[in-house]
Amino acid sequence: MVPTVLVLRQQKCLVAEAPVNVADPPPVVELDHVTKRFETDPPIAAITDVSFSIREGEWVAIVGPSGSGKSTLLNVIGCLDTHTSGSYRFDGFDVAALSDRQRAGLRSRGIGFVFQSFNLLAHRSVVDNVALADVYRRGPRRTRFARAEAALGRVGLSHRIGFLPTRLSGGERQRVAIARALMGTPRLLLCDEPTGNLDSTTSDSVLNLFGDLHQQGMTIAMITHDLTVATRAQRRVRITDGRLTEER
Amino acid sequence: MDYRNLEHTPRLNARRSSSRFRSLRHQPLIMAPSGMSTRDLVVEAAAGLFARPGRMILTVLGTVFGLGALVATLGLSRTAGNRIVGRFDELAATEIVVSPKPAAVSTAIGALPWDAPQRLGRLNGVVAVGNLSTVNIDKRLIASSGVNDPNNQRNFKLTVAAATAGLFRAVRADLDSGTLFNIAHSDRAERVAVLGPSAAQRLGIPHLNEPTAIMIGDDVFVIVGILNAVQRQPELLGAVIIPEGTARRYYRLTNPGSVVIETRIGATGLLANQVAFALRPDNPRALKIVSPPEPQRVRDAVKNDLNLLFLILGGVSLLVGAIGIANVTLVSVIERTGEIGLRRAIGATRRHIARQFLVESTAMGFVGGVMGASLGTLVVVGVAAYQNWTPVLDPVAPFLAPVVGGFTGLIAGTYPAIRASRLAPVDALRAGT
Repeated sequence: MVPTVLVLRQQKCLVAEAPVNVADPPPVVELDHVTKRFETDPPIAAITDVSFSIREGEWVAIVGPSGSGKSTLLNVIGCLDTHTSGSYRFDGFDVAALSDRQRAGLRSRGIGFVFQSFNLLAHRSVVDNVALADVYRRGPRRTRFARAEAALGRVGLSHRIGFLPTRLSGGERQRVAIARALMGTPRLLLCDEPTGNLDSTTSDSVLNLFGDLHQQGMTIAMITHDLTVATRAQRRVRITDGRLTEER
Repeated sequence: MDYRNLEHTPRLNARRSSSRFRSLRHQPLIMAPSGMSTRDLVVEAAAGLFARPGRMILTVLGTVFGLGALVATLGLSRTAGNRIVGRFDELAATEIVVSPKPAAVSTAIGALPWDAPQRLGRLNGVVAVGNLSTVNIDKRLIASSGVNDPNNQRNFKLTVAAATAGLFRAVRADLDSGTLFNIAHSDRAERVAVLGPSAAQRLGIPHLNEPTAIMIGDDVFVIVGILNAVQRQPELLGAVIIPEGTARRYYRLTNPGSVVIETRIGATGLLANQVAFALRPDNPRALKIVSPPEPQRVRDAVKNDLNLLFLILGGVSLLVGAIGIANVTLVSVIERTGEIGLRRAIGATRRHIARQFLVESTAMGFVGGVMGASLGTLVVVGVAAYQNWTPVLDPVAPFLAPVVGGFTGLIAGTYPAIRASRLAPVDALRAGT
């Protein structure tokens, strides 16, 4: 543990000592020639030689057709999966050097996930679902539910606190998922097809919410196959056959 | 809220300065390993359990019945065992039967002395003693009437036993009517007899309302009494009992067949060692002494037998309960794959996932144990009340049952918990959608 920490400290120092451009915020996500290969028969390279970064406060949409490697890229960025080669730094730290527990800690404190299928616990109330995000980062219990209610207030669901998710509409469920992601003030909001299960009106409402969060400085990475949704982002990158191309 | 100015929570900063997290003191908060408080673990496990209350109740019921059966078996076996031992103490623990060994009968003359009752009566602890022998009457039949009526068969093949007067007390004979013969009848070799109740019924003599005689072959015997019951030597119930002196004179009884001794409670062990020397000081090994084992030994033996029964039943019950918990927990893991994926995504480690499922299965076993202990105790008390017995229950059992239940749940939940913890976050999320 200690050597790892020391390495991390050195890495952090290197980042900290780099010249800082005030107009150019520091990157939260830095992928440098990252490749993810699945050792199946035959081996499949889901993403190949991907290099890009997401700077603090950016809203980036990663666009691509089905099977292009979007989800694999999201899993790597979200530390849900490890990359095969290349370098991935999150907030300046080399993710490959982290232990399983540290990666879990990073997911807990650094990344807020918003999934296409909401991934809410059906038997827990809305506020419990949001508060769940605080459990694994050992947040203070005394203020946990107040913070969860505040997060729900931010997504406009203060009136649904005691409801079960099954009694909510699709848009409301996604807002609950967003509130859960915001619960720990993450460095990165990572969204996987966040409007994939929503109608156009509800999608628009959810995207407006992302826009508000972006305006407040939240860093957002959103994976989508819908170009209309992608146009709402500040910046778009396209992934095709596991390779990334910058669009704007 | 401005997300550019992230604040670290004071509590986490305090934790990081503790000795346990000393290695993380210089580590940025965002890189600190994830953690989960015990309280959160219990709350999350309880929420997981109550997510499907119907299934949880059914699963717990398996353990309830298993451990209930365990506690009930233990209690009922103790209760019944107490009664078995009580009855054993009352009758068998005060009886010694002395008889010549088969080899002694064939090689030695008079393996048992005629004056055995006098010799043994002097020993401390002897309450009553009497000789009992089977009389060889060859092929003679016994009849209640001297008239041979072919339409009314009154001739029977019955056992004829020779006894000394003290035998009736030694076997705790209960007289129905008439009287018992005494030492004078024996000394004078009078032809008198006492009938066992079955023998009297067969001979058609239910009561001695008037002087009655029977025929043993051609010899007439006056019936002086009819027994109602005997608590020992049940063969006397169907026998014609004549005085020993009579049997010696008319049926060539060569020596007593056995000596029945009633002792005071607790004296059998000592007397069993003394009687052989009192009867045959020249060759005590020629005698066979049948005495009950010590009550404590009997109690221990009964307890051991019942404990074996208890262990077998308990083991089967626990196995069934454990399989139920393991099965339901495994199904739960499969059903909650998406939840596992979500928990991993928001910071749970493999260990957190495993712990949660272990706590859930252990809690199910523990609750089943508590309810099972209550049910088992109720069954013991109910059965004892119905049978008018005194319920006897080891006080440890009701308290041990929840512990055993919890441990069973822990063991049963181990495999599903390991399986849940081995799910990769990506696979779990994908499977759960």
